[in-house]
Amino acid sequence: MPILQIKSLTHYFGGLRAIYDFNLDLVPGELIGVIGPNGAGKTTIFNLITGVYRPTKGSIISDSMDLVGKESNWIIAHGIARTFQNIRLFKELSVLDNVRIACYSQLHYSSLDALLCSSRFQREEERILDETMNLLLLFGLDCLAEEKSKNLPYGSQKRLEIVRALATHPKLLLLDEPAAGMNPSEISQLMELIQWMRRKFDLTIILIEHQMRVVMGVCERIKVLDFGETIAEGTPWEIQHNPRVLEAYLGEEVVE
Amino acid sequence: MGNRQWLLFPILLVLFALTFLIPHYGLLNDYIQLILIYVGINIIMAVSLNLINGYMGEFSLGHAGFMLIGAYVSSILTVWVFPHTWGPTMTSLVLFPIAVIAGGLAAALAGLIVAFPSFKTRGDYLALVTLAFNMICVSVVQNIEAIGGGRGFMGMDKLTTMSWVFLWALIAAWAIRNFIYSKFGRGALSIREDETVSDLVSVNTKTVKILAFVISAFFAGVGGALFAHVLQFITPKTFVIQKNIDFLVMVYMGGIGSIGGSILGAATYTILLELLREALQLLGTIPPFTLIPSLEIWRWVVAPLLLILLMIFQPKGIMGLREFGLFVPNRDRFGARLWLKKRKSTNANSPD
Repeated sequence: MPILQIKSLTHYFGGLRAIYDFNLDLVPGELIGVIGPNGAGKTTIFNLITGVYRPTKGSIISDSMDLVGKESNWIIAHGIARTFQNIRLFKELSVLDNVRIACYSQLHYSSLDALLCSSRFQREEERILDETMNLLLLFGLDCLAEEKSKNLPYGSQKRLEIVRALATHPKLLLLDEPAAGMNPSEISQLMELIQWMRRKFDLTIILIEHQMRVVMGVCERIKVLDFGETIAEGTPWEIQHNPRVLEAYLGEEVVE
Repeated sequence: MGNRQWLLFPILLVLFALTFLIPHYGLLNDYIQLILIYVGINIIMAVSLNLINGYMGEFSLGHAGFMLIGAYVSSILTVWVFPHTWGPTMTSLVLFPIAVIAGGLAAALAGLIVAFPSFKTRGDYLALVTLAFNMICVSVVQNIEAIGGGRGFMGMDKLTTMSWVFLWALIAAWAIRNFIYSKFGRGALSIREDETVSDLVSVNTKTVKILAFVISAFFAGVGGALFAHVLQFITPKTFVIQKNIDFLVMVYMGGIGSIGGSILGAATYTILLELLREALQLLGTIPPFTLIPSLEIWRWVVAPLLLILLMIFQPKGIMGLREFGLFVPNRDRFGARLWLKKRKSTNANSPD
C-alpha cells in the first residue's frame, strides 16, 4: 500500500498556476527527490501535503487517510513531518524546548492534568524528556540542550530542525533543501545522515534539493518540475540524460 | 546543584500566617493593608495577562472586561442571591469562595468567546477585537438598569481579606506556572515565536489559544471578584480602557513571559502609584499647584508615559523572558543536565 498517494494535484494562487496535475505514488521506505528551477512549485507541494494551503483540485491520501482539508497539526500528528527551506526554529527557546514542542501529540495528558501537576502529567513529561534527550544525543546536540536555538551554529540549527521533525514520530519526512548554505564536506555528512536516519527511523523521504550532488547521490527516483508541471521522472541516470530537463535548467540553445 | 525550591514552602507559609496576624493585631495601618490587598489583586491580574501578552505573544486589551464580569457576577451573587443568615464565618469561608469562582467561570466563558476570533486574527487586529470586547462589556452594564446601570452596584460586604487575596494570587501563579511548563504552555510559546511552524510541528494551536484565553480570563474574573469585595462599590467606569493600561504597565515593566516579573511589576507599580498620589497631595498644598483641580489626572500622564519609555528602553521589562529559579519546575531547570550526568555515570560503569 502506498504511504502517500497524490492524484492530479493542482493549485492556483489567484491566476497563477503553481502546481498542475501532479501525481505521486510513494511506497514505504522510498527516497524520492523533487528538483526544478526556482519557482517551479516544489515547496508548494510540501505546503499542500502539510495542509498549509488547500489544493484547488486533486487528492492527497496517506495510509488511507484523506489529507485534503485537514488542519496542519492533525496531518503532522498522523505521521508526516517536514523541515523548512529557511531555518524556522523557535529562536528564543532552548534546543530542548524546540524538540519538546514537537512532542505535543505524543504527550497524553489533559489540560487539567497540566494545571494540577498530576502524576500522569509528571510521568508523561519525564518520558518525553528522556526521549527528547536520547534523540538529541543521536544527533550530537545533547550537550547544547539548554542553549537558545538562535545561538547554535548554522549546521547545528539545520540538524535541530531535522530532530524537531523526527520528534513528531513521522513515517514520511519532507526535507526542504537541507543542503542549502552548506559547504562540500558538510554536504557529504548530510548525505550520510539522510541515509542513516532513513534506516534508523524507517522513514520514507521526499527531498527537495538544488544541490545535484545530494539528489543524484541519495535518491532512487527523481521528479522534475518546471512551472508547476512534471516534465520528467526517473532514476538519477535517466534524469541526467533527459533533454527536457537539460532544457529547463540550462536553456534551449545549450541543448541544441 | 543549587536546588533550594523547598525554601519556597516555609516562606509562603510564613507569609500566609502573616496575612492573618497583620489584620488581627493591627501590625500595619489600614491604609497599608489596603494597598497590600491591591498589590495581591494586581498580581493576579498581571500574571493572568502575561499568559496572553507575554507567553503567547498576542495582545489582549480586554482584561478589564473580564475583571468587570467577575466583579459583577460575584457581587450579584453575594448581595442578591446568597442568603444573609449564614453568619460572617460561613459567608467568608463558603459563600464568598463560591461567588469568586462563579465570577471567574463567567469571565472564563467570555474568554472562550474572545478565543474564537484569535484563530484567524492576530497582532493589532486581535488587540482591537479585545478592546471592542471590553467596550461592549462596559456599555452593556451601563445599560442594564436592574444592576444599577451607569450608577454602579453596591451593597457588598468587605469579604476580601488579605488571606483570601494571598491564597488566590498563589493559586493563580501556581496554576499558570504549571500551564506554562506543560505541552500547552510550550505550545503558547511556540505560537509567540512562529505560529505557522507551531502548527507544522503538531501543536494544536486552536486548543492552546482556547485554553490560554479561558485560564487567563478565569483569573482576571477572580481578580475582579476580589476587587469588588474590597471596594464594595463598582461602576462600569472602573473597568474602562485606562484600567488595562495599568495592567499592561505592570506586565511590561515586570517583564513579559515571566511570572516572577509580573509579581514584581504588579507590586512595584501599585506601590509607585500610591507614592505618586501621596506626593501629589503634598504638592497640591503648595500655591501654584493648588490651581490644578484634580491631581488624580496625573496618573493618566504617568502610566502611558511609563509604558512608552519602557517600550523604547527596556522592551522586555525587568525580568524579560527570564524567571526566578524558584518558580521553574526542577525538570525544566535541571532536567537536561541531570540526564547528561546520569548517562555519563552509566557509561562509565558499562564495559564499553
